[in-house]
Amino acid sequence: MQPIAPNLWSEGPEPQLLGARDADGKLVFPIPEGDAAKGMKVVKLSRTGTLWSYTKQEFKPGPPYDGPEEFEPFLIGFIELPGEIIVEGHIVETTLEDLKLGMEMELVITAFDDQRSMYAFRPVEGK
Amino acid sequence: MSDVYIIGAGIHQFGRTEERTGREQGIFAVHQALKDAGLEWSDVQFAAGGSRDGGNADIMLNDLGLSTIPFVNVFNGCATGGSALATAKSAIAAGECDIAMAVGYDKHPRGAFTANPKNYGLPDWYGQTGMMMTTQFFALKIQRYMQLHGISRETLGRVANKSFRNAEKADHAWRRQPIDIDTIMESQVINDPLTKYMFCAPGEGGVALILASGKKVRELGADAVKVSNVTIRSRPRGSFEVYSPTIDLVDEGIPTTLASKAAYEAAGIGPEDIDVAQLQDTEAGAEILHMAENGICKDGEQEQWLAEGRTELDGALPINTDGGCIACGEPIGATGLRQIYENVTQLRGRGGARQVQNKPKTAYSHVYGAPGLSGITILEV
Repeated sequence: MQPIAPNLWSEGPEPQLLGARDADGKLVFPIPEGDAAKGMKVVKLSRTGTLWSYTKQEFKPGPPYDGPEEFEPFLIGFIELPGEIIVEGHIVETTLEDLKLGMEMELVITAFDDQRSMYAFRPVEGK
Repeated sequence: MSDVYIIGAGIHQFGRTEERTGREQGIFAVHQALKDAGLEWSDVQFAAGGSRDGGNADIMLNDLGLSTIPFVNVFNGCATGGSALATAKSAIAAGECDIAMAVGYDKHPRGAFTANPKNYGLPDWYGQTGMMMTTQFFALKIQRYMQLHGISRETLGRVANKSFRNAEKADHAWRRQPIDIDTIMESQVINDPLTKYMFCAPGEGGVALILASGKKVRELGADAVKVSNVTIRSRPRGSFEVYSPTIDLVDEGIPTTLASKAAYEAAGIGPEDIDVAQLQDTEAGAEILHMAENGICKDGEQEQWLAEGRTELDGALPINTDGGCIACGEPIGATGLRQIYENVTQLRGRGGARQVQNKPKTAYSHVYGAPGLSGITILEV
């Protein structure tokens, strides 16, 4: 399975999202491209954080959405990585009803369709 | 800088008008605004206007008359109308002319707006994975706010219910059939906690305003409304905005609050002085959020405000008196000017069945849109 885009997360058994820090210390995600990438240092972001907000995508988005032909509603949310940045991502392995602000979440690499992988977050077990 | 007034306001029915293009709806509004002001097109010395999907606004000159006046095309997302008004106001305030026009119109295809990530400086995967959706942004923002400040789902229903009831009394509104709160709350979920009847839809419509200098107002004896202030602000760091894969932990405020504070200060008034307000209500949650962001109430007080009917037509501070975007739809080029049209109507006491009951002297309007900008206009009589 191919990542949906290069340089979004690190390889290995415990992948981390890849952000970048500019000369003034400002952290961004994803790593910028082109001129905006100059002087930026790549930073591995925290694998865990807390749920900042969430919702469920109930209808199939129009273009440029490129998900599986057969649409399944999916959860999305923003995860606050402590002291770093708040990152948007899909939320997996849970239900809308089980989500609440502040719950602990962790990064997971998941299938986006049958050929591509994507980063997502899931609740930390037992929390 | 001299004072600037609105002396004519015209509107084309919002919603769907198969037989007219966006530009034709704009021209319709211009003729109505001129008639309202008692002027001819040849009297207009400067114009600013725009649309997103309806072509360049200055093409209107072919229909209105090739009078050779300067016509500035403006496009600034949901703040297009406010930007057109600001441009026309500046021309008069600077003494360049005595009569100017601000116009906005649009005609969008059905369905939610879709956007090209590249145009927003975003990577393709952000759009491909279905996260570049305006509806999600509003759901995410109100979801968090409701949990932090104790806003119930019923309050969302109350906002939309009020919009449709007000729209029933507004000729230019699109959705004029009242819908009860339970039906609103139980309609199809779009993005939790927001349902279908809580959302506005892209639509069609046109609005034109004729502006004049104080000298001209006296000369014409016009039924004039003073434009006290137009303020536009873009987003600072740390603000949660449409189309953003991340939020910075540095918190420097949000565009609406920054624009609002600056507008109150420039007009020399506070939120307690506002008699009627039109707030950006892309969906019911936005009206709730924007009540607090514009200083109208404190975070969480919306629950009580809505339950007590304080924002109804006969309430202490009527909000979205023509049904707002929820009932009028959101033709981007026209939406901000519709709010101002409605405030002009209310301040002149011409609201008919929807006229607010508090004899308004000061009116406030607010737009917000992608990629994070806000525009405020304060009018006074």
